[in-house]
Amino acid sequence: MKMHLTALLLACLSWPAQAMIESYRFDTPEQEANYRELIFELRCLVCQNQNLADSNAQLAQDLRQQVHHLLVEKQADKQQVVDYMVQRYGDFVLYNPPLKTHTALLWFAPLLFVALGVIWLLTLLRKQANPLDKETP
Amino acid sequence: MKKQWLPIAVFSLLVAFLAIGLTLNPKAVPSPLIGKPAPDFTLPLLNQQTAFSPQQLRGQVWLLNVWASWCSSCQQEHRLLVRFAQNRTLTMVGLNYKDTPNEAQAWLDALGNPYSFVVEDQNGQAGIDWGVYGVPETFVVDAAGIIRHKFTGPLTQQRLDNELLPLLNTLEMTQ
Repeated sequence: MKMHLTALLLACLSWPAQAMIESYRFDTPEQEANYRELIFELRCLVCQNQNLADSNAQLAQDLRQQVHHLLVEKQADKQQVVDYMVQRYGDFVLYNPPLKTHTALLWFAPLLFVALGVIWLLTLLRKQANPLDKETP
Repeated sequence: MKKQWLPIAVFSLLVAFLAIGLTLNPKAVPSPLIGKPAPDFTLPLLNQQTAFSPQQLRGQVWLLNVWASWCSSCQQEHRLLVRFAQNRTLTMVGLNYKDTPNEAQAWLDALGNPYSFVVEDQNGQAGIDWGVYGVPETFVVDAAGIIRHKFTGPLTQQRLDNELLPLLNTLEMTQ
């Protein structure tokens, strides 16, 4: 019984990994590491909330193959693969949006909110410390 | 008095942003290829020995329609394309995306062939180069070989009348 459970557990563990690896061969461990990083960073455009690693859509399979092809056959580095994808599908393909003028708000809004919060907190604290501050000019 | 209005003001702003968000289509991915030269390919014509390349159409305005026999919304769009091709002389290239020649031919025989050329992209490489992610897609290419517009998803009469036709008219006028 325990043996069966262990086997079942192992099968569960190996399932997603198998679906993802697709038995690609790499010349160097570096290529393989790049491949793994890239398929987690690139978005599947069909099922938009999944990356290439998670998706089993036909396009995701094709793009994984393309990433592998670029890394191994064309000896591309990581940035070249990213550029290749952005050239075709735009920044949308990246899960990590680049800092540009039109994404500045996206990047700096959190800081802005923290700053606003700090200002609000300081005014509140100052008022509490001197409750009569407002009345005395 | 001023303080009381602050939460309402912040809330209204939030509602305004969310309302704008609701009107946007999250599936529409802006193509980076608009305004850029059409990616090149050399692919065989459907059930023919001759090859086709976009270079051959230099000097004229043309459409590239990406379709497949396995794509159900292509069928919906196809009737419109057939009618469009009957009414207007325009080079329309059908990029048969990840399909088999037999099924593609059977589909065209059954539903009509609006295309000037049908090109086979069996492994989808040209599709990747053109940034195709959801068939059907339609690209408008001008006489200089620049992509001017992209429609993702099936063309409708409304999109045809409001977007495609005015664009084609201006492009053909400046040609």
